[in-house]
Amino acid sequence: MFKDITIGQYYPADSLIHKLDPRVKFVGTLIYIISLFVFHTWGYVLGTVFLFSVIRLSKVPLGFMLRGLKAIWILLIFTMVLNLFLTQGTVVWQFGILHITREGIGTAAKMGIRLVYLIIGCSIMTLTTTPNKLTDAMESLFRPLRKVHVPVHEIAMMMSIALRFIPILMEETDKIKKAQMARGADFESGNVIQRVKAMVPILVPLFVSAFRRANDLALAMEARCYHGGDGRTQMRPLVYQSRDLAAYAVLLAYLAAAIVLRAVLHW
Amino acid sequence: MSIIKADNLNYDYLEYGEDGEKPEITHAVRDVNLKIKEGQFIAILGHNGSGKSTLAKHMNALLVPTGGTMWVDQMDTHEDDEVWDIRQRAGMVFQNPDNQIVSSVVEEDVGFGPENLGVPTDEIWKRVDDSLRKTGMIAYRHHSPNKLSGGQKQRVAIAGVMAMKPKCIIMDEPTAMLDPNGRHEVIQAVRDLNKSEGVTVILITHYMEEVIYADNVFVMDEGRLVMQGTPREIFSHVDELHELRLDVPHVTQLAHALRLKGLDIPEGILSIDEFVDAIMKIRDGGAVSDERKQALGENPEERENKADRENPSLT
Repeated sequence: MFKDITIGQYYPADSLIHKLDPRVKFVGTLIYIISLFVFHTWGYVLGTVFLFSVIRLSKVPLGFMLRGLKAIWILLIFTMVLNLFLTQGTVVWQFGILHITREGIGTAAKMGIRLVYLIIGCSIMTLTTTPNKLTDAMESLFRPLRKVHVPVHEIAMMMSIALRFIPILMEETDKIKKAQMARGADFESGNVIQRVKAMVPILVPLFVSAFRRANDLALAMEARCYHGGDGRTQMRPLVYQSRDLAAYAVLLAYLAAAIVLRAVLHW
Repeated sequence: MSIIKADNLNYDYLEYGEDGEKPEITHAVRDVNLKIKEGQFIAILGHNGSGKSTLAKHMNALLVPTGGTMWVDQMDTHEDDEVWDIRQRAGMVFQNPDNQIVSSVVEEDVGFGPENLGVPTDEIWKRVDDSLRKTGMIAYRHHSPNKLSGGQKQRVAIAGVMAMKPKCIIMDEPTAMLDPNGRHEVIQAVRDLNKSEGVTVILITHYMEEVIYADNVFVMDEGRLVMQGTPREIFSHVDELHELRLDVPHVTQLAHALRLKGLDIPEGILSIDEFVDAIMKIRDGGAVSDERKQALGENPEERENKADRENPSLT
């Protein structure tokens, strides 16, 4: 039941994209998402070319990239159907109150492409970067926010601890579930409401144990002199290499091209 | 010079009942005086609720005494400014191996302590290599802690403490959740560190087999320090230990039972080898009084057979 949840599905490979600084990948993903919303018509060709070249460079099989789409296909169809039927314009087909317009087809297609590319774009980042590196990247990129009292280091620490404890809590859930089943609990039959109710005897002990673990861990961290991000050094400090700077240049060129296509050429 | 010294240490806390009744004062530690010399291997014994874990938390300044003073490497744990220094000198390993590992990669977890101390990056890597090697975990450096056995996780935790270059390691029942193999692994690792690095080890446990290696043993009961001495001295008092709801090692128990039956075996036998020696001595014509002969059986052969049965390795 809990096997399907994968967070940070890292795909180990030796590629240029894997070696890039996680900050570059984070910023790159952001730029790519922006470009998707800048594109109007022919710009999508540029977006497609860029996306597929990066996939090619990353050496991750395309199948892995598309796996991420499984999670959103309901949302995808929902968005496309709504856009298809609710956009006003030149009617091409009508049945009762339902009608499809030329503009509707255009918007639906555009929204579909945007969503699919957005998910694939984010997948490239999570597939080629370990969760720990991503956390480091976020901590480093958002560091300026500390000036406005955002606890950046603490949030990053919380994320990496969460990643460490997900498998442990999963295992524990499994154990509790089996223990309850051994005492006659039934998780398989009944309607949705009954099944949700049956989860309560799993969740209560799980929460109790999670709190106990949190308490233990806090104590262990304090015993090892953890006192927040101040005065802390890093084992793997992030340092930009020349390839990272080159990647930034490519990204900027890409963004500039996207803006020129839209604003100057009106494509 | 003593690395840890407790002066009339007391620790009380309020225990709140379930239905908001008046809180009761619990005396977890009462009037404890102890001195631990640098480089020693110390064991603290006691059954559940005897205050041994509370005492251990004082040695790391996780708890501050409500009465008396705790000195760690000449620093008073009352001083807020010295808390981080104290925790660097006196590292702590806890019972649950999962709940004390912070990172999802072994080597990063070992680096967590030095990172907190603000050690420069190069030096962190040196320390990580060094402590992983000393605990025999270097082969697992890139692994996820989730894939390790309990004993290996505890060794990672020990490596994490060692990377902070402590003078002393306090271990709060580190083997309680492990299987016999893991227990042996962990105890062996600490004994090695104690011998080769000269790190003071304070082992809190209720497994008697782990105590026999200690230089000095403290026994706690109801928050008080009730016995203190070498393992041999402590295990000479089998009956008192039973009264404190503590077991003794099986060999010690056997030797004690035989002694009660009148056999001339010294008190405080700790290992099978010692036991064998003692039995051999008796067989080779140790003085056995008539009275004891009666207690054991009429003739010498029968006595020997009895000894053989007790310890098959003799033959």
